[in-house]
Amino acid sequence: MSKTKCAIIGSGNIGTDLMIKIIRLSETLEVAVLVGIDPESDGLARARRMEIDTCHTGVDGLIKMPEWKEIKIIFDATSARAHQYNWDKIQAFPDKKMIDLTPAAIGPYLVPTVNLNEHLDVSNLNMVTCGGQATIPIVAAVNQVTKVHYGEIVASIASKSAGPGTRANIDEFTETTSKAIEDVGGATRGKAIIVLNPAEPPLVMRDTVFTLSESADQEAIRESIHKMVEDVKAYVPGYELHQEVQFEEIPESNPVFIEGLGHCHGLKTTVLLKVEGAGHYLPAYAGNLDIMTSAARATAEQVIAQQSV
Amino acid sequence: MNHKIYIQDVTLRDGMHAIRHQYSKEQIQSIALALDKAKVDAIEISHGDGLAGGSFNYGFGAHTDWEWLEGMKDQLQHAKLTTLVLPGIATIHDLKKARDLGVESVRIATHCTEADIAPQHIEAAKKLGMDVGGFLMMSHMNKPVKLAQQAKIMEDAGADCIYVTDSAGALLMDGVADRIKAFKDILKPETEIGIHCHHNLSLGVANTIVAMQHGANRLDASLAGMGAGAGNAPLEVLVAVLNKMHISHNSDVYQLMDAADDLIRPLQLRPVRVDRETLSLGYAGVYSSFLLHSERAAQKYGLDTREILEELGKRNMVGGQEDMIVDVALDMLRSKNEA
Repeated sequence: MSKTKCAIIGSGNIGTDLMIKIIRLSETLEVAVLVGIDPESDGLARARRMEIDTCHTGVDGLIKMPEWKEIKIIFDATSARAHQYNWDKIQAFPDKKMIDLTPAAIGPYLVPTVNLNEHLDVSNLNMVTCGGQATIPIVAAVNQVTKVHYGEIVASIASKSAGPGTRANIDEFTETTSKAIEDVGGATRGKAIIVLNPAEPPLVMRDTVFTLSESADQEAIRESIHKMVEDVKAYVPGYELHQEVQFEEIPESNPVFIEGLGHCHGLKTTVLLKVEGAGHYLPAYAGNLDIMTSAARATAEQVIAQQSV
Repeated sequence: MNHKIYIQDVTLRDGMHAIRHQYSKEQIQSIALALDKAKVDAIEISHGDGLAGGSFNYGFGAHTDWEWLEGMKDQLQHAKLTTLVLPGIATIHDLKKARDLGVESVRIATHCTEADIAPQHIEAAKKLGMDVGGFLMMSHMNKPVKLAQQAKIMEDAGADCIYVTDSAGALLMDGVADRIKAFKDILKPETEIGIHCHHNLSLGVANTIVAMQHGANRLDASLAGMGAGAGNAPLEVLVAVLNKMHISHNSDVYQLMDAADDLIRPLQLRPVRVDRETLSLGYAGVYSSFLLHSERAAQKYGLDTREILEELGKRNMVGGQEDMIVDVALDMLRSKNEA
């Protein structure tokens, strides 16, 4: 079977890591072009060394390339604002599907282990954020057992793995992730926090999920979380539960006060995760890259699998 | 350029940490009014971790920030109403909401090496017509010249004042002087310089004075030191020292003494003082807000608070990573059980 051609727009950390992952791992996808805006960028240089066609004039250059006709999937690893521009150009081509790795969220949120099959016919799919991909599966795993009223996540990433796009748009991370905790995770209310840690050597990405849910069988919740971790591990091998799931009953007599929900009681579940990268573009500490690019790759492969049925 | 001494009270923001963010609306009001009457220049009000800090990670407040802030602006005669934003926790949306409630001045806080996540918020605050401070937390973790380069990023984004923020109360007096001097060398003369101390090594007031002597004019303090760890520079003590130094400022020392003892000390759940645990924060260079969370983890898992704090320091945890306290405790418990 011939591989489906894709283009990656954005030659920063995420776009370059995604390119390497597809080249090394994908049986159904082929990178036709890596698109950037700076001919001197490290990502484009890497692509040239790997004998991948490059374009340094952005989406406008891409759609003029002879390869454009054959490209079926476009990954956008730029920024939320640039995505808006790119999508304006690309939506004119109905045979192409956009997988958006920015927090622009023009299309529906997609988290492969939770709602992969729900939106495959949509022409623009959004991959939420790195922190969202790492944590929303856990919120959903709890919600599969008992109603989650509140889901909160804390993503700690190494400073070195946060590129200029992430840094200039940190609000988009918190806002997009919070909303997806609700829309995809199933929480009535979501909250997201991101912390950059500059330690040397860089620390591996950590994600913590707290949920407040209806009280339920703790063993059932624990099992659901363990199963979900295995599901995510299938496409991000370095994803792991760093500690056993922690539970605490919050009694009605001593509730917590949550903005937007008021006084709440129930079961608090704490899940401490660690996400180690495969070391494709950045070293293993940058699990935040891996979880995002791996989720995008898994989504694209599923789109192809479904189309070929 | 000589800027006027400007005293900012943090009792109702940093002080939140000391009572697990549980001030009632009435307490906020009576304390703010006492501070205003004693003529401090600015009063900061929010969750201890800034706007939108209420969470499992940092602790939920007794109220939302909006409830705490509402109506305060109209009651203040002298002091500016101010608040705190940590990018990564609060958003520009939250900042606008605070502005709508009458907040005139805001500090945008980042870890001391991560100033480039703040320009979006600094620019937004300037656009809203606010006075803006850049707040470089855990300043002891960055060398003076490098810290000043981070300050420059915030100045370039439009901040009116940049702070050396000793969140761990770990800086010695020379360390403060060197950082303020480095700021002076690189920042524009019209940019003000601020100092925010914690008292973990009993240097809160001394470090504030050293900073002032090297050119800082915005001084943070709180009544009875009410703040994270061993607290901040105690406001009433700082003002007494400024009086003895014949430094001109607006505040009334006796009213502040009364407010400290009559209003604040009775509220402290745990005495805010230098003791084994809070000294360990300063000694190991650990974020002061980790204190109560670590004490709770120590109690829950049968561990020693000081050992948890030291381990957090060894792992280079920065402000905001409170979730790693339980992680450290569980790691320690495991190695204890294996031993």
